[in-house]
Amino acid sequence: MKLESKIPEGPLAEKWARHKFALKLVNPANKRKYDIIVVGTGLAGASAAASLAELGYNVKAFCYQDSPRRAHSIAAQGGINAAKNYQNDGDSVFRLFYDTIKGGDYRAREGNVHRLAEVSVNIIDQCVAQGVPFAREYGGVLANRSFGGAQVSRTFYARGQTGQQLLLGAYSALSRQVSNGKVKLYTRTEMLDLVVEGGKARGIVVRNLVTGKIESHSGHAVLLCTGGYGNVFYLSTNAMGCNVTAAWRAHKKGALFGNPCFTQIHPTCIPVSGHYQSKLTLMSESLRNDGRVWVPKTVEDAEKIRKGQLKPTDLPEDKRDYFLERRYPSFGNLVPRDVASRNAKNMCDEGRGVSKTGLAVYLDFADAIKRDGHKTIEAKYGNLFEMYEKITGENPYETPMMIYPAVHYTMGGLWVDYNLMTTVPGLYALGEANFSDHGANRLGASALMQGLADGYFVIPYTIGDYLATIGPADKIPVDAPAFKEAEKKIQDQIKQLLSIKGDRPVDDLHKELGHIMWEYCGMARSAEGLKIAKQKIQALRNEFWSNAKVLGDAEEMNQALEQAGRVADFIELGELMVDDALHRNESCGGHFREEYQTPDGEALRDDEHFAYVAAWEYQGEGKPEILNKEPLVFENVKLTQRSYK
Amino acid sequence: MKINLKVWRQKNSNTPGKLVEYQLDNVSEDMSFLEMFDVLNDSLTRKGEEPVAFDHDCREGICGTCSMYINGRPHGPQTGATTCQLHMRSFNDGDTIVVEPWRARSFPVIKDLMVDRLAFDRIIQAGGYVSVNTGSAPDANEILIPRSIADEAMDAAACIGCGACVAACKNASAMLFVSAKVSQLAILPQGKAEHKERAERMVAQMDAEGFGACSFTGACSVECPKSISLDHIARLNREYLGAKLTSDNIQG
Repeated sequence: MKLESKIPEGPLAEKWARHKFALKLVNPANKRKYDIIVVGTGLAGASAAASLAELGYNVKAFCYQDSPRRAHSIAAQGGINAAKNYQNDGDSVFRLFYDTIKGGDYRAREGNVHRLAEVSVNIIDQCVAQGVPFAREYGGVLANRSFGGAQVSRTFYARGQTGQQLLLGAYSALSRQVSNGKVKLYTRTEMLDLVVEGGKARGIVVRNLVTGKIESHSGHAVLLCTGGYGNVFYLSTNAMGCNVTAAWRAHKKGALFGNPCFTQIHPTCIPVSGHYQSKLTLMSESLRNDGRVWVPKTVEDAEKIRKGQLKPTDLPEDKRDYFLERRYPSFGNLVPRDVASRNAKNMCDEGRGVSKTGLAVYLDFADAIKRDGHKTIEAKYGNLFEMYEKITGENPYETPMMIYPAVHYTMGGLWVDYNLMTTVPGLYALGEANFSDHGANRLGASALMQGLADGYFVIPYTIGDYLATIGPADKIPVDAPAFKEAEKKIQDQIKQLLSIKGDRPVDDLHKELGHIMWEYCGMARSAEGLKIAKQKIQALRNEFWSNAKVLGDAEEMNQALEQAGRVADFIELGELMVDDALHRNESCGGHFREEYQTPDGEALRDDEHFAYVAAWEYQGEGKPEILNKEPLVFENVKLTQRSYK
Repeated sequence: MKINLKVWRQKNSNTPGKLVEYQLDNVSEDMSFLEMFDVLNDSLTRKGEEPVAFDHDCREGICGTCSMYINGRPHGPQTGATTCQLHMRSFNDGDTIVVEPWRARSFPVIKDLMVDRLAFDRIIQAGGYVSVNTGSAPDANEILIPRSIADEAMDAAACIGCGACVAACKNASAMLFVSAKVSQLAILPQGKAEHKERAERMVAQMDAEGFGACSFTGACSVECPKSISLDHIARLNREYLGAKLTSDNIQG
């Protein structure tokens, strides 16, 4: 397949402006003749649905949660970047663009990223106008902080709940359009298939999660704003319901999947406490500004700590290894997420990990408390310390916190062009669901920016071009054969899931998948390990379809059945992630292949052979997918080796 | 530790429910309350009994999905926390724990511990927003908002819409929820233009949904996982009274 990114010609800073002018418009009176389906109501989905409804389109919005306000964007803590340069500290659209491209280890498109940086400033304006209570200075202007190792203060925040406030802003705009009658809301409704007919996306098949009824919805365009697939690892910072089903089923209907192996592991999460663990909780990255990361110097001391024979506070300074400060004297504890995560893993692999499981390192605030006082530290991190104590039962003012990396975000996703359209005409992917802007590693406070950029300021322009081209008549009814066939297929799959009647609960199979992915396709990957993973996943797939135990009926609220469908898709996705990781013979960003590292253990890119987007094309049940490549062209930045020494 | 559970089981909204007893022998104190339910569901599934349906999603106290009424308290014995943030170390070996869904006429039970809270969405749709279209916003720093105002608005905006306030109230009143949104937008300059209509419409919708009246006992605020202050109810009352006295809405 020939991939056309549709990046406009012209100088970088003029591409978006030129493109907006070149796009076709839909006459205001004609907009009401178009129906748009939006799946997912997080930052991308809610902002897109509200903005398109404001323009006059008829929108149907779907979410699996009981309310659109509960989408997982709500859990983002840190903040949202914008190149406002309110702090007069040298920020600019170009600097935000440059930082994002470099942070992504040069695996994102220049054109997309520059557009993201451009519209970032409008996002803040929009959110403030909605009544989002961002943090402010005493004089009344907006406050900023530096975040994720950025050298400028460009992050806007609302306490530790920025995602919540931004989502509630978008949700309020969406609610307004619901009351205006321009958005019809379908909650507790899960998309189970995309309907494609005549080479175009025509609508979706959904399951009403309360009644179990299968229904079809037809539209002129379908927007997938369904988030990332971090739960393929079972344990992640994602919400329990986050899943890949909508994106994966669209993939099987012809949408290419970009860079599936690019996943982000966040270094500061609360460690696993037992086999019953259901999710991992993120502790804000800002903790690394004052906390010092260490493990015992010797395996013997670590063992004593694990057995409870030695307290960390009793271990003298000279027996501790502040490994980030030792290895990266200039950045110290503030190295980027991927580097910090990998080093913590290495320490635990050496047997120097702490906590009962041996899978944790210390994040110690003793020095900061001694230096700045208890009060200052409490003012800065009080709520985080409290959250930590609630979960672990330990007081981080008195004993060092324990942290361990956890899966947090997926940079990969459905391949989209500059218009956010996938390879299926009329099907779009927004926010974390697409692959486009973060390359191989996302910077802190950029996920919120991208979700809202796509929904508020990109799709309202680009979708018109497609709709004006096809015209209002180009839509098929829900009783068309294409819909009926898709419904039948979904009903059959549900019947099949309920008729396996095996021995293992789906959750148990999901856990096993998670173990495989984490072990072989997590923080460090090797060709040898990935090959083992592939076999294990294939075996697990057989096990799933022969031994899963799903109780209850199809036509009722059935959470186990919901989960079964999602896990079946995660297993298939897992295999593709392994293929992608195996083919990419280089290390970049969150993708670290053990064979490809510098002599001192850093990621070693291969720009000559791998400066491209890997876009995978589904070929049918059990057949290997075809790899398509979109070369990445860098005209405005120079590719360099990231160094934090 | 050993835990005896009495869990509300109800097949659907049309079938009467009842408390069913379960015993768990191997509960770790580090488990979250919902992880204990995962363990229960795993064992039920293996035995061929249908697992307990309950709402949950982020499991870190921010999405507002989880909603268990534990030993007579919404979200259980811990204050300032949701059910998902509750851990088994808050209980003792051998404890009996009664777990029910939110009880309120406006929150009908869907199944087991799961209720329908769409009434909250409809209240927000009635006016819990600022009418500003995408693209028509002025520069974010054009209107200065003193820090104290921004902080107060943020206190109100912290509401996660879980419904614990309704479950805690003997009248099943939604005043704390409604007041948090009315208050947030009434304090901020951006929300001023529509403040009267907002208070009127949201209260009207709250009444239409069948939530009870507020008798200001304060139970809602005590049980609120985000500790939303009663001050917001006072502000809502002021907003509502002011709106009614000067209302253009002659019908009501």
